[in-house]
Amino acid sequence: MDQQPALPPLPDEGVILGVRPKDWRESVEIAGRALAASGATDAGYAVDMVRMIEEHGPYVVVAPGLALAHARPGPAVRRDGIAIVTLAEPVPFGHPYNDPVCVVLALAGASSARHLQLVAEIANIFNDSDAVKRLAEATDPDEVRGILGAAAS
Amino acid sequence: MKILTLCGAGIGTSGILKINTERVLQRIGVDARVVAIDVTMLESELEDAQVILTSPEFVEAIGRTFADVIVVENYFDTAELQRKLELALG
Repeated sequence: MDQQPALPPLPDEGVILGVRPKDWRESVEIAGRALAASGATDAGYAVDMVRMIEEHGPYVVVAPGLALAHARPGPAVRRDGIAIVTLAEPVPFGHPYNDPVCVVLALAGASSARHLQLVAEIANIFNDSDAVKRLAEATDPDEVRGILGAAAS
Repeated sequence: MKILTLCGAGIGTSGILKINTERVLQRIGVDARVVAIDVTMLESELEDAQVILTSPEFVEAIGRTFADVIVVENYFDTAELQRKLELALG
């Protein structure tokens, strides 16, 4: 068996369901606000996540419908954290294969090593190809935590 | 053999590719070292790499190379990864 660390806690503040952002940028900003509200990051981390996509393109759309928004570890990260934002109407990120996006998973890691451990855990979840669809259709934070295998606190 | 997974920060999407590439390599019985990097590390890591896995945005940044460059569409689709890796390694 793989020895994978679990995801960090996902409190209710880190889950925002059924939003209608006007574009990809707003969807990432909402996810950034959720990370900040859950105590994982400062507000500035949202700006960093948007900048990563502006600089490097929409490569964060790693699977059909799913954007993995993230920035590097830094002073804006207080502790490991994840946030989930689902979109009532999917928005395009400009990705050649995986647009439009209906779920934004924002990720903050306190260190590069931790960040890599967290994405390994995320890979375990999303290697199940139904996970994005189930997240997109989730109606409350408990359901989201159940799909991710995350605790509330 | 050395395989690179490349993304913007070297800790997010390239990390997913690293994990899933290692899974596929184990499945098909290929022994390789998989290194997740960002674009700033390309120059120092590129020389002895045999395969580079990345998304379309970064192909241009790689430039001229003897390595096989594999563009990955769905980072969680290990069947896609396996198909493309077998083609490159075959």
